[in-house]
Amino acid sequence: MDITSEGLNFIYSLDSFGGVNRKWLVRRDEITSEKYGTIPTLRPLNQLLDYGVVVVDKPPGPSSHEVVAWVKEMLNISKAGHGGTLEPYQ
Amino acid sequence: MGWGDPKVTGVLPITLGSGTKAVGMLMLADKEYVAVMQLHGEVELSRLQDVIKEFTGEIYQRPPVRSSVKRRLRIKKVYEIKVLDVNYPYVLLRIACEHGTYVRKLIHDMGEVLGVGAHMRELRRVRTGPFREGEYLVTMHKLSEAVYMYKELGDESLLRKYILPVEYVVSHIPKVVIGDGAIDALAHGADLAIPGIVRLHEGISKGDIVAILSLKGELVALGRALMSSQEIMENSKGYAIKNVRVIIRPGTYPKLWGKYRSS
Repeated sequence: MDITSEGLNFIYSLDSFGGVNRKWLVRRDEITSEKYGTIPTLRPLNQLLDYGVVVVDKPPGPSSHEVVAWVKEMLNISKAGHGGTLEPYQ
Repeated sequence: MGWGDPKVTGVLPITLGSGTKAVGMLMLADKEYVAVMQLHGEVELSRLQDVIKEFTGEIYQRPPVRSSVKRRLRIKKVYEIKVLDVNYPYVLLRIACEHGTYVRKLIHDMGEVLGVGAHMRELRRVRTGPFREGEYLVTMHKLSEAVYMYKELGDESLLRKYILPVEYVVSHIPKVVIGDGAIDALAHGADLAIPGIVRLHEGISKGDIVAILSLKGELVALGRALMSSQEIMENSKGYAIKNVRVIIRPGTYPKLWGKYRSS
């Protein structure tokens, strides 16, 4: 399968995951280059650790903030979040 | 966020690295909980069902004293309350609600209206936006096992099962897909003009938050619609989506490749 079709399939799978039933409106036909970017499911692990999400089953006891701190330490990353400022969306 | 009580368990999506720029979408997302309500006196099931109906829909809430948000009286939407089981004095409830709804307060207030009083004994979040109790839900124990397998044995497989691409954080919102040539301008904060758009969801209204994706499905930016889907399809130029938050790393796609120009 060519990369543009793979990309579209990934986008459809996002809709499916998110429960989105909307139809797609197509403005024009275009392909994507093989030279730049990656289909998100094919992201190498080091990139996934910078553009990923882990859905933790939070245990009772620690706060969410503490759980995030543990995950950062475990995965050896400096930034992670479970919620953030609402400002850009107001 | 909205957890407050450390004894709460359940679905806690954690964005990693630069993906944290998209985390606001989780805060705004709808939630679902399973809660144990402890009644302080006996009530007829039919009376309980009546009160539940009263608390379904739009309700008033003022955030508790210990919360970090301004204590204004707010209207919150409770989409559904379902009684899963009753075993006096406990009632097992499933509650689907808008972000920022305090379940503890909701249960307390239902108790007041029932006349006997009630409090929330236990709370578990079973859905945060698009994330539920699926295969990808991972305990801290299992996650550390996955890390061990990777670090000590060079086996990525378990870690890749539990770390999803950040794009799943926006899977539940309307999407606009752009051509490769439009990406770098957006990665530098430019708003999205119509010529850059390849395809988009129907039914987007002006003011909606949308996810701007590449043709490969990469999350380029979060935006707010300046036009509706219909307007976008009917016009050939003009700014369609305001760039609210850049997600993709600038330089992932080259500058001004192709016909797209941001001005």
